[in-house]
Amino acid sequence: MEAFLHQVLSGLATGGIYAIVALALVMIYQATHLVNFAQGEMAMFSTYLAWTMIDAGVPYWPAFAATVALSFVLGIAIERIVIRPVEKAPVLAVVIVFIGLLVILNSVAGWIYTYTIKSFPSPFPTHRILGGYVSAHELGVMAVTMGVLVLLFVFFRFTPLGLAMRAAAQNPVSSRLVGIRVGWMLALGWGLAAAVGAVAGMMVAPIVFLDPNMMAGILLYGFAAALLGGIDNPAGAVFGGFVVGVLENLAGAYLVGTELKLTVALVLIVGVLVMRPSGLFGRVLVTRV
Amino acid sequence: MRMLGTAVSLALGVALAAAPAAAQKKYSPGATDTEIKVGNVNPYSGPASAYGAIGKAIGAYFQKINDEGGINGRKINYITLDDGYSPPKAVEQTRRLVEQDNVLLVFQPLGTPSNTAIQKYMNAKKVPQLFVATGATKWGDPKTYPWTMGWQPNYQTEGKIYARYILENKPNARIAVLYQNDDYGKDYLKGFKDGLGAKASLIVAEASYEVTDPTVDSQIVTLKGSGADTFFNITTPKFAAQAIRKVYDIDWKPLHFLNNVSNSVGSVLTPAGLEKAAGLISSYYLKDPTDPQWAKDPGYLEWLAWMKKYNPDGNLNDTFNVYGYTVAQTLVTVLKQCGDDLTRENVMKQAANLKAVTHPMLLPGITIDTGPNDFYPIEQMQLVRFNGKTWEAFGKPIGG
Amino acid sequence: MDMTDRTWRRIGLAALLALACLLPFLVSSYRTFQLTSALSYAIALLGLNILTGYNGQISLGHGAFYAIGAYVAAILMDRFGVPYWATLPAAGAVCLVIGFLFGLPALRLEGLYLALATFALALATPQILKYKLLEDWTGGVQGIVILKPDPPFGLPLDQDQWLYFFTLVVAIVMFWLGRNLLAGRIGRALVAIRDHPIAAETMGVDTAFYKATTFGVSALYTGVAGALGAIVIQFVAPDSFTLFLSITLLVGIVVGGLASISGALWGALFIQFVPNVADHISKAAPWAIYGLFLIAFMYLMPTGIAGFLRTLAARLTRRPSRR
Repeated sequence: MEAFLHQVLSGLATGGIYAIVALALVMIYQATHLVNFAQGEMAMFSTYLAWTMIDAGVPYWPAFAATVALSFVLGIAIERIVIRPVEKAPVLAVVIVFIGLLVILNSVAGWIYTYTIKSFPSPFPTHRILGGYVSAHELGVMAVTMGVLVLLFVFFRFTPLGLAMRAAAQNPVSSRLVGIRVGWMLALGWGLAAAVGAVAGMMVAPIVFLDPNMMAGILLYGFAAALLGGIDNPAGAVFGGFVVGVLENLAGAYLVGTELKLTVALVLIVGVLVMRPSGLFGRVLVTRV
Repeated sequence: MRMLGTAVSLALGVALAAAPAAAQKKYSPGATDTEIKVGNVNPYSGPASAYGAIGKAIGAYFQKINDEGGINGRKINYITLDDGYSPPKAVEQTRRLVEQDNVLLVFQPLGTPSNTAIQKYMNAKKVPQLFVATGATKWGDPKTYPWTMGWQPNYQTEGKIYARYILENKPNARIAVLYQNDDYGKDYLKGFKDGLGAKASLIVAEASYEVTDPTVDSQIVTLKGSGADTFFNITTPKFAAQAIRKVYDIDWKPLHFLNNVSNSVGSVLTPAGLEKAAGLISSYYLKDPTDPQWAKDPGYLEWLAWMKKYNPDGNLNDTFNVYGYTVAQTLVTVLKQCGDDLTRENVMKQAANLKAVTHPMLLPGITIDTGPNDFYPIEQMQLVRFNGKTWEAFGKPIGG
Repeated sequence: MDMTDRTWRRIGLAALLALACLLPFLVSSYRTFQLTSALSYAIALLGLNILTGYNGQISLGHGAFYAIGAYVAAILMDRFGVPYWATLPAAGAVCLVIGFLFGLPALRLEGLYLALATFALALATPQILKYKLLEDWTGGVQGIVILKPDPPFGLPLDQDQWLYFFTLVVAIVMFWLGRNLLAGRIGRALVAIRDHPIAAETMGVDTAFYKATTFGVSALYTGVAGALGAIVIQFVAPDSFTLFLSITLLVGIVVGGLASISGALWGALFIQFVPNVADHISKAAPWAIYGLFLIAFMYLMPTGIAGFLRTLAARLTRRPSRR
């Protein structure tokens, strides 16, 4: 029983990092209706920026704030410079540009920072709490995830800018007619997604250690989590993250052993999606003819 | 150093003048009076690109050799290609090296799957597949594959060393094993089980992980739950650091064995937390450049000077830079031994004729020895224990 | 005009075929090997293009079918002594069935959700190949080494040339079948389902059946390509079929040209040769160069190489100044 509880808690802890990455994916989806495969690598790169500052002696919180701000600007720049030219291209062409971005960021990070792992500081206390079941940092990640979730919810639900961004993503033509500058809304969406990604990266790095491939595995789980919860629902995505984390741990510990745990977790997720094709909490889209 | 080189070449010159028959030069494709072409395949792209450091370090060492006049007056022309750790790409790039670039030999192709994929081809073409960069056991089979040779101590040997230690010092151990679910992890596990022999039942729990797993925390929780008091940690650097930290954090205090792949002080134990790593047992054959005990060692200083001059982009914490440096030195030794008979046959003959060779970054007491029936160049390792600051050797270097 | 267009096309095809037959005698056996490998990719890309380009179902998991085809061939040759040519239909049949069965539940999933399901398949495949209960068959992490076939009937060809011609014939047959399939009623139904699913259904197209069958046929193509790939490389291992293979195949069809038969050929040449070019330019960060190539191609040819050539040809023929 104790072991079971431990597995669940440990699953929630890893689920927390899936959840925050899933949030970043939802963010960009809300703003652009695309899933950005380069999101993980952008977060990884932001984390390296933070690491560079901290390594140079900048205290944690200023470095944190500067990284988030810088990532926001870089996100906008990427949209304006890299994504803009393929705006009108078929969706899959945009996906290929994402893949291009992914491999470039990964390769350049490896080139600049090499591939040896680096430890990344946590802003939370490091001494052992709760008998080591969950670390203070893991609890902190969950809190930060919830915080980001609330901020996003408020932003998209109640602020004019947030509403304008959602409108721009959902119906660009009508939005343009009511005076929303759709192009800039997209860029802003990229900036916000990059900022959320930067937070995610800085939360993930103390757990998995910083290296250029840090986000590759996590993005897969984040993707699954976001879709499981419903890609257009931030709260659903966070829930999805925790479910994936726990599910994977339990499958590995009790169902099939670690060799097939990912496979089983994925089969279960796909199974759920077959039952509920828009995710657990996603809005069902009515198709127009 | 340069003085010595001149003296050697002078002596050689005298010897050549004295015996003109010995001056007959013999070449296979890839070797001329002025050049030796050495091919290499390494992952510079893709998820395994961390290993690319080895290919670059080898090139940087050859640069140093060339700057110092080359090998018996011949410069090394090092052609290294990217395979992204994909076996089909490795086959393609190796064929390019052999058929288009006409290299004398293919040196240090990396990874068990890639080497398995090219082994038949290399042996059919009779081109040396020399000092492959993998710790699998199958590379020392001169009867079936006379053109393939390993270099590093193989994973199974290392597994056996720990098994023997456990049998001698903790015969009633309850052992848990964490391993990477691929050829590397399974090879270690096999060696370990073979070493335990009849007592393999001491293993009470096994857990694996995939390289795409974000963490191994869950596996560590499971293993602790088995009640094991001994832990064999077969993981690559990132996961090793995670495992060391998690073992400490959940207050599990097993006798902890860490595989050689991940025992770098600077790039694994420091990120994990040195105090969390105290008491670990591992084994060594190369000096760890991040271990303070070597700070004044002449071999280390020589390596450091080379890094600064020839490999300035390389990371001083990265053990791969020691690995590449040292394996390149072994090849240089072989090529020097070949003299003017630079045929592929002679390269293999000389590679199988290394006697008590030492290199600056090889651990004291560990030598490279090969013979016509011994295609395992390094077979010994030194058991070490981590004291919270540095690895302390105990006992003599031992083989499997 | 129509007649001359068709004649021109036929002449072009004949010239291409003649060139394809001459090539292995003009280039080194290493290049021949590369071309063989590109041809097998082309078949895989045609398969994925049928699904994604024509039918609009995005698959991030076709590497899995490539792997299954490769393993079927390797296991049949290694364990059962089946001749290499006979493994192709088997690999195709196995993938057809698996693809169809996978396509049935996947029917309910659209867009991103389908992408996730196929993605899961690609991730799970290497794990399953390594699984201990299958190890006796798959060789586990060590994979299977197979023998390279010799040319039959004492043909005066070396092994590489023979494999090239063998692959070429298979590719021609598969492309010819694919063209007939796509040019006819079935092809129109696929496109209709892609563009107007509900309208297609009201018009009496059995959407569900078509979609699942398309999945199966697409998997069949990719499986045959995988089997050829295994024979050419003489080796299969879980590490050969990572997620990155699936992504490479997707890159291939988009860069080559979606919903285009010739696009499969262009895409195959791209994924075969461009990584080598990138490696040649920079050892420090070859992936960065590869990424730049990807982005540049999408900027210059958002509809792929085939789409670009089509536009170019249309522009040239519209000009009155021709000749």
